[in-house]
Amino acid sequence: MALSVDEVAALARLARIELSEDERAQLAPQLEVILESVAKVTDVATDDVVPTSHPLPLTNVFRTDEVRPSLPVEAVLAGAPAAEEDRFRVPQILGEEQ
Amino acid sequence: MGELTRTGAADLGAAIAAGTVSAEEVTRAHLAQIDAVDGTVHAFLHVAADDAIEQARRVDQRRAAGERLGPLAGVPLALKDVLTWTKAPTTCASKMLEGWVPPYDATVTRKLIDAGIVILGKTNLDEFAMGSSTENSAYGPTRNPWDTDRIPGGSGGGSAAALAAFEAPIAIGTDTGGSIRQPGSVTGTVGVKPTYGGVSRFGLVALASSLDQAGPCARSVLDAALLHEVIGGHDPYDSTSIDAPVPSVVEAARYGDVTGMRIGVVKELGGEGYAAGVEQRFNEAVALLTELGAEVVEVSCPHFGYALPAYYLIQPSETSSNLAKFDSMRYGLRVGDDGSHSAEEVMSLTREAGFGPEVKRRIILGTYALSSGYYDAYYGSAQKVRTLIIDDFTKAFETCDVLVSPTTPTTAFRIGERADDPVAMYKADLCTIPSSLAGNAAASFPVGLAPEDGLPVGLQVMAPPMADDRLYRVGAALERALEDQWGGPIWRALDSVSKGDDPLEPPIRANNSTREGGMA
Repeated sequence: MALSVDEVAALARLARIELSEDERAQLAPQLEVILESVAKVTDVATDDVVPTSHPLPLTNVFRTDEVRPSLPVEAVLAGAPAAEEDRFRVPQILGEEQ
Repeated sequence: MGELTRTGAADLGAAIAAGTVSAEEVTRAHLAQIDAVDGTVHAFLHVAADDAIEQARRVDQRRAAGERLGPLAGVPLALKDVLTWTKAPTTCASKMLEGWVPPYDATVTRKLIDAGIVILGKTNLDEFAMGSSTENSAYGPTRNPWDTDRIPGGSGGGSAAALAAFEAPIAIGTDTGGSIRQPGSVTGTVGVKPTYGGVSRFGLVALASSLDQAGPCARSVLDAALLHEVIGGHDPYDSTSIDAPVPSVVEAARYGDVTGMRIGVVKELGGEGYAAGVEQRFNEAVALLTELGAEVVEVSCPHFGYALPAYYLIQPSETSSNLAKFDSMRYGLRVGDDGSHSAEEVMSLTREAGFGPEVKRRIILGTYALSSGYYDAYYGSAQKVRTLIIDDFTKAFETCDVLVSPTTPTTAFRIGERADDPVAMYKADLCTIPSSLAGNAAASFPVGLAPEDGLPVGLQVMAPPMADDRLYRVGAALERALEDQWGGPIWRALDSVSKGDDPLEPPIRANNSTREGGMA
């Protein structure tokens, strides 16, 4: 299972991590070794086995729709990287051309 | 009573309730111990000294006012820095959350406060709980009080080391693949991973949501049970929380009788790759359980060999999704917000700067395992292995009340020894992962010191979902019998390090002539 540096770069873009060139070069062989060591799961994962996504047999949980006070705005914004007029301030979302 | 930092939580709680000692005195004694040893051990990321004294005084006032207090009221505790508490930063040992003070308390934190437990501070961990050694903390490693050149396990190395260094009698850990049990094993302490859903995850920063579980850590089985009872139970804020009474863990810990219990030794968790001293102490403990009246049989769980690979697909997959929330928009670090970068660019720059190497490695791995074209082969297959492991457990529990194995294949390894070899590091969780994938109850209990290196060995007990009380029955029976042999608790061998006399001197070794024969 060869994983190229370009593939690592593509995955990093998907994961929104601006990896440095060094990190990409380091990660590619490491991930390859990890993927080799985990590939054996396919040996026993035959068609007749039902997958498990969660250890508990879950059903949706409902509660009555009661109005409760939410956290104070100041408390929530206290940990924000930037805030303005009681809102989170975020960098521009659309580029110039959009 | 004896020295306060050497006294267990149950006895401290009783003394505080009786008025023999005040909660404030107990808290100050532990804060002094932190001052004395934490420069070396580095179990804590944040010590909330002033707030802890305030909490203790409130307990003393409640007692003075005639209020009946719970068994752990006034007892100090170390809280893993992955659970929110409004009185201190929650960093998850990451630069991403440096200095972030959460606006709400986790349910576990709330229950601790309601029980009058005094929170001393937040303990170190591998960044976002990813690791088996606490070396991945962005704020530097924690050292094992048994040998400060060694790892204290991970991810909950801070909580386990705090116990072994007598900085706190009880602690909270979280366990995703072994992060309570493996640190417990390598520090000679007790660590319990309750049944998945047995303790609320509200306010626990998620690593892998289908695996994460908070649980009690302590120096004795009874102390762990008392803490388990405080934090367990249904929480309407966590939709995966089990709506059933907490199993009767305290009664089980007091009873500690294994007569007639059927105990299965898992054939697949032993042999090649296991240290001789680990196998020796494990086998002796199993023989002891037989002497105590248990019926020991060998069981086979043929798919356990696939648990580690399945875990290292499922966990990174869930992590890559869970950690997407660290996008620099609402809390935590933000990098590159200078007007020239878009929100997406700021996100990528922030995540590059804020996450450490292991977190990046797992996010990329999870992104790969979930990507189209690979999903079925990797994540899909791993989910099927999860079914096969649950089936192995179900079959084994048809004939056994509990299963046992070593908690981890080796004793504490040296700091740096596995840092460049992720696959070797992952193997520390070989024995603990099956129970994580199945979501059942499991714990690690100290069973002695490996003769070759004098370091603690843990025995893992695994029980069916919501049969957590069985863990404590086995743990308490073992503890009582072993302490009879040793002439006291395992940590008596630790005094040279933890007293802060000369923390850099190696601790007493197993071949030291002053040590009890049974332990060494």
